[in-house]
Amino acid sequence: MSEGHSTYTPKTGLGRWFDARMPLPRLVYDSFVAYPVPRNLNYMWTFGGILSIMLVSQILTGIVLAMHYTSDTTLAFDSVEKIMRDVNSGWLLRYLHSNGASFFFVAVYIHIFRGLFYGSYKTPRELLWILGCIIYLLMMATGFMGYVLPWGQMSFWGATVITGFFSAIPLVGNWIQELLLGGFAVDNPTLNRFFALHYLLPFMIAGVVVLHIWALHVVGQSNPTGIEVKSKTDTVAFTPYATIKDAFGMIVFLFVFAYFVFYLPNFLGHPDNYTVANPLKTPAHIVPEWYFLPFYAILRAITFNIGPINSKLGGVLCMFGAIAMLFLVPWLDTSKVRSAVYRPWYKLFFWLFVADAILLGWLGSQPAEGSYVFMAQMATLFYFAFFLVVMPVLGLIETPRRLPNSITEAVLEKKNKGAGGHPAGAVSAPETKG
Amino acid sequence: MKKILTSLALLGLVVAGTAAIAEEEHNAAAPTHFPINEPKEMSWSFAGPFGTYDKAQLQRGLKVYKEVCSACHSMNLVAFRTLEGLGYSEAQVKTLAAEYTIHDGPNDAGDMFDRPGKPSDHFPAPFPNEQAAASANGGAAPPDMSLLAKARGVERGFPRFVFDIFTQYAQGGPDYIHSLLTGYDQTPPAGMVIPEGTHYNPYFLSGVSLKMPKPLSDGQVTYDDGSPQTVDQYSRDVSAFLMWAAEPHLEDRKKTGFRVLVFLLLFGALVYLTKRKVWAEVAH
Amino acid sequence: MSATDIHDPNRRDFLYIATGMAGVVGAGALAWPFIDQMQPDASTLALASVEVDVSSLQPGSSLVVKWRGKPVVVRNRTDKEMKDGAAVSLNDLKDPIARNANLPADAPATDANRTTPGKEAWMVMVQVCTHLGCIPLGQEGDFGGWFCPCHGSVYDTAGRIRKGPAPENMAIPVFKFISDTKILIG
Repeated sequence: MSEGHSTYTPKTGLGRWFDARMPLPRLVYDSFVAYPVPRNLNYMWTFGGILSIMLVSQILTGIVLAMHYTSDTTLAFDSVEKIMRDVNSGWLLRYLHSNGASFFFVAVYIHIFRGLFYGSYKTPRELLWILGCIIYLLMMATGFMGYVLPWGQMSFWGATVITGFFSAIPLVGNWIQELLLGGFAVDNPTLNRFFALHYLLPFMIAGVVVLHIWALHVVGQSNPTGIEVKSKTDTVAFTPYATIKDAFGMIVFLFVFAYFVFYLPNFLGHPDNYTVANPLKTPAHIVPEWYFLPFYAILRAITFNIGPINSKLGGVLCMFGAIAMLFLVPWLDTSKVRSAVYRPWYKLFFWLFVADAILLGWLGSQPAEGSYVFMAQMATLFYFAFFLVVMPVLGLIETPRRLPNSITEAVLEKKNKGAGGHPAGAVSAPETKG
Repeated sequence: MKKILTSLALLGLVVAGTAAIAEEEHNAAAPTHFPINEPKEMSWSFAGPFGTYDKAQLQRGLKVYKEVCSACHSMNLVAFRTLEGLGYSEAQVKTLAAEYTIHDGPNDAGDMFDRPGKPSDHFPAPFPNEQAAASANGGAAPPDMSLLAKARGVERGFPRFVFDIFTQYAQGGPDYIHSLLTGYDQTPPAGMVIPEGTHYNPYFLSGVSLKMPKPLSDGQVTYDDGSPQTVDQYSRDVSAFLMWAAEPHLEDRKKTGFRVLVFLLLFGALVYLTKRKVWAEVAH
Repeated sequence: MSATDIHDPNRRDFLYIATGMAGVVGAGALAWPFIDQMQPDASTLALASVEVDVSSLQPGSSLVVKWRGKPVVVRNRTDKEMKDGAAVSLNDLKDPIARNANLPADAPATDANRTTPGKEAWMVMVQVCTHLGCIPLGQEGDFGGWFCPCHGSVYDTAGRIRKGPAPENMAIPVFKFISDTKILIG
């Protein structure tokens, strides 16, 4: 879409001077002002913008926290507490950063599920989707390493368990683990390299985000109907239409975020991380941060050997496999129809999958014993079945509902239908899309 | 929407079912999940969106800490200067700090020396190091108390943790400490094995009993303000004090939070109206 | 959009302006903690006083203590140094202000104003060159006071700038004798 001709015309002499030498204003204008967006985007499409401000917020609070943090095992815990107690506004910046990580993941999960629901990964948006998956992977690495930095009990034991994944790899596993740790156990070298990488990765994320947005602007945004933009009437200009809608979405999101930061700042954390790391004493229940819990449940669900693969390696493979599924989604989904709005069966399975992911998350927080293990195994089975069976098969056998001819037609249809209950031009209600 | 509700209902059923299965037959003498009893939920002045510390209570709690807990428990992260947050004046803090002896040095001759505490000092630890603390206390070092109120908490479980978001329940730490301190002197169920040198307490987070003997008894600490001198009152006061020690900026946080939320509400309303205006002509 | 313009331009403008203003206010408020955190923190501010035992200082000797991260020199001056210091006319001084935190800001830089009444032998001074922050060497340079090797500033026996690029006399911190042998700085 953006290969179309640019409509930017500099109004001032300085603008023309700049445009002839480095057309940055033109790029901004074409990407964030004149850029056409489908007119029927609902509030689920504001999460891209929300994620951008969360990334910026994390980088800014992170940089100022790094001004006060010390990455030495004897000082790390106390330096974080110094931030909380003595540094001016330190408690605010630290709570913004620690809760910001959680809300970054909240937003990214909604963003991913939105993509899965509306088929945003389907051709020609495969690369866009994969770049998103890479961002998600980088976010997980960043989040994990950031959680180690306060050097509490969960930091230490989380690092021990997660680097332990790599020891499951046959032959070279132990070597890789020692390479990551810089020793035989999590210790000062580990903390220092994690700090260095935790500072680096967000900038790599920002780099991939630029690619993600670039790819988006080449293929254009998907939309709730899943029908490609066909004419100019299908779109509106990014500014002011999408900008103001994004702004409202951001404020609502920030409201919830602020509620947690100021009233429940430790709700999403674990009490054990307020005890300094002790390499000689494991806490009773090691649980990762909530955003890793579904994968943690999958890891622990594999309690049996599969042929030559022992249960440890099997668990690690399943866990990484669960993430790898996302990369394959564009080719696993065989349906010709993009949006779940017109796919009754896919819609049902999609919501079952959401429930399954939440269930896995809850199981990940529970001790791996008794009936929980069996439930986690069943939930894991469904997780993989959704990608490997439901997605390919459903596309072949499902009869989709009638598709409108264009976005404009869909919009007008909805408007006429809703005219009875809603005032004309009322805000799109995202919940009706589900 | 209907689908979401159906799915959520389904999920709820599954979860409830699991919880029921997980409630395996209870053997009172050999419990497998701790604590045996959940902490009692107390009413705290610092709870809720407008919570503030009760300064008189914090001062009483400090007294309990000074006269009882500090014999074994350090509070390394708390500096005397911060005690102004308990309502003491600068001069009072100076006097209070000077009651302590701080091991300092080396001086010009290279020797360590003792001097009276200054407001910039932190509470001195009762033991020189963790090993000394452990060996003096039967092998288990008493935990540092600076962050205890945030470092302890009993898992709330589904669905309570969802309700906690709306009730802003964040007092798991003080509730736990209060319950533990008042949870001694109970008779263990018949047949329960209490390891030697430990004390039965059904509120203890990680076992049937703990090394710490009952630390408080009625009348042990003299209150000047006429508050009841009971174990229950001592426990409430010291729990509140420990919450302050762990989260000294709590009041500031909640006050700032209220302003931020009010601002976001107003700003959000303006942006929403602007958005409606911008989109008024466009069906979408 | 043009339709709205015609119907109710004022209301529309007011809404847009109010929204924009609220955004600016919010951004400004948000910026504050990021600036605030750069200021000295509570523990730094709390360490602002230090007690020095000067009982062992004979005339002609000095000691240096660290105060607020900077060296503070305490010198028991010799009779000659005191005489040299007192003999200087204010007109010869590059900086005629005492720069003594214990006195009014405009006190003249007499030798007496650079010390404490009754304790004129004692110089208590932040030993940091007022040029660019190096530490001058004691009892060096043309005036027998201090000499900064970085850029050649020369101070006299009362720590007053006499030659070189430094603009001001070396600063005298808030201090007092709490006994004949003890000084409290800060």
